[in-house]
Amino acid sequence: MNSLIVVSILALVVLYLGLFKAKNALLPVSVLGLVAALVLAVCEWNSGAAPIFSGMMHFDNFAVAFTSLTVVSTILILLLSKQYFEKISENVAEYYTIILFALAGIIIMVSYHNLSMLFVGLEIMSVSLYILAGIKKRDFASNEASLKYFLMGAFSTGFLLFGIALLYGASHSFDLSVIAKYVTDHPEGLNPIFYAGIVLIMVGMCFKVGAAPFHFWVPDVYEGSPTLITTFMATVVKTAGFAAFLRLFSICFAPLSDFWMPTLLAITIITLFIGNITALFQDNFKRMLTYSSVSHAGYMLFAIVALGATSSNAIFVYTAAYSLASIIAFAVLILVKEQTGSENFDSFNGLGKKNPFLALVVTVSMLSFAGIPLTAGFIGKFFMFSSALQEYHIWLVVLAIINAIISIFYYFRVIVAMYFKDAERKELVSNGYFKLVLGASAIITVVLGVYPSLITDLF
Amino acid sequence: MDNITATIQVVPLNHYILLSAIIFTIGVIGVLIRRNAIIIFMSVELMLNAVNLLLTAFSAYSGDASGQVFVFFIMALAAAEVAVGLAIIVMVYRNTNSIDINVLNRLKW
Repeated sequence: MNSLIVVSILALVVLYLGLFKAKNALLPVSVLGLVAALVLAVCEWNSGAAPIFSGMMHFDNFAVAFTSLTVVSTILILLLSKQYFEKISENVAEYYTIILFALAGIIIMVSYHNLSMLFVGLEIMSVSLYILAGIKKRDFASNEASLKYFLMGAFSTGFLLFGIALLYGASHSFDLSVIAKYVTDHPEGLNPIFYAGIVLIMVGMCFKVGAAPFHFWVPDVYEGSPTLITTFMATVVKTAGFAAFLRLFSICFAPLSDFWMPTLLAITIITLFIGNITALFQDNFKRMLTYSSVSHAGYMLFAIVALGATSSNAIFVYTAAYSLASIIAFAVLILVKEQTGSENFDSFNGLGKKNPFLALVVTVSMLSFAGIPLTAGFIGKFFMFSSALQEYHIWLVVLAIINAIISIFYYFRVIVAMYFKDAERKELVSNGYFKLVLGASAIITVVLGVYPSLITDLF
Repeated sequence: MDNITATIQVVPLNHYILLSAIIFTIGVIGVLIRRNAIIIFMSVELMLNAVNLLLTAFSAYSGDASGQVFVFFIMALAAAEVAVGLAIIVMVYRNTNSIDINVLNRLKW
């Protein structure tokens, strides 16, 4: 709860710093404020016994864990933003503010205990992101990404709201524990509109997390947005979407899994195949990463399909591993694009000779994406697959392993380009912040891969 | 207040559900088949208002005010969305001189 207050106030402070032209203070103040929010969040571990604010929010360990994860990812992304926004526009403070407001919405999304807070958090986050996607005002791709994201986001919110209205009609409450009680009190005959509500909420949430067949906006929006904003969407926003999805389904709808599980199972399998097979045919590195993000959404859906005691932990480990690997990949992409002006695989040629450090961290990130042992990505996949096996979804795991093998092809294309293809290029210069973020993310990825027990026994 | 609730309850609840479902469907179809960004946007608003109607009806029937409070949340956030959305549409119009979403196909498969 304290971290939410700190982040909201921090956003306003940063806005005022922009008003008083204190441009050099923006980044230090934002990062220090976020570190304070992180410390406050961690201090609340094990202390959120009951819902607060008249049952609106509940800072249980789930909320604390995901708040910390999103705050850490945001700190890493903000450190990359040194000199980035200055190139786009004069008014830099607004971007920091909007990112922080989006983060405030995300903290509400991972800690809600009432469907109205889910809606409010989701909208605070989405409206901020519509603006962020379009911050390159003169750039057509950015314009298009912004408009598409806005129309699709508002459309999916409509579905989510209709679902919430139907749940309210059946259970007469927005409170998660009252809805859960309504479900358990009526084991035989639930009101049919309750089932319709579940389906509509599922559609709305699948839109938000970018699961097929509702993924069609993801590639366009991720590719058109400025790369730093894409990083934010692919890591923090995706984490928050899955946390909100899992929170709703594990608290309220777990007893009804016979009803919604087959649909979600089909969505998972379609998402895995569409994401991976389309990613195979991309020549653009950024577009490949967006399709790989669709396929990773498929892996993350495993935790909801095989809903059980370990689901929260599995999705936490997976999103942490995926966020770190994405931050590395997108950060190096920013550097490469600055030098060569292109986002294709070819622009990575010869990177291994000139910038051994960058090539090494990209290799770690690709191995983590592909789920090779000794990286955090492997632990994430291992958790997902074992929780699915516990619920006897053997065919799902077989299909997922086929997909993991497909994905190795396109992740290794980058590694091959960096080390085995030669090209005339100059050494990339990066500032200290980049080195810090890249080094830290790569080290954490490897450490989590070697000592998974650091985060696997959290819940 | 009792008066309004009584008036709302003159019509059976199922009729409200059907009416909002129909309005919602009109909104969904509008988003899917129209090509003008403003009209798509209006259709989205239609979807949200169908939800508002449904929530109000449920709230009056169950004698619980929280549904009506939720309607205020939806109205406030829909207004925020309108502010941002119209700004985005203006930005697109300045660059392309059109608000037909078919011109927005520079990013493709």
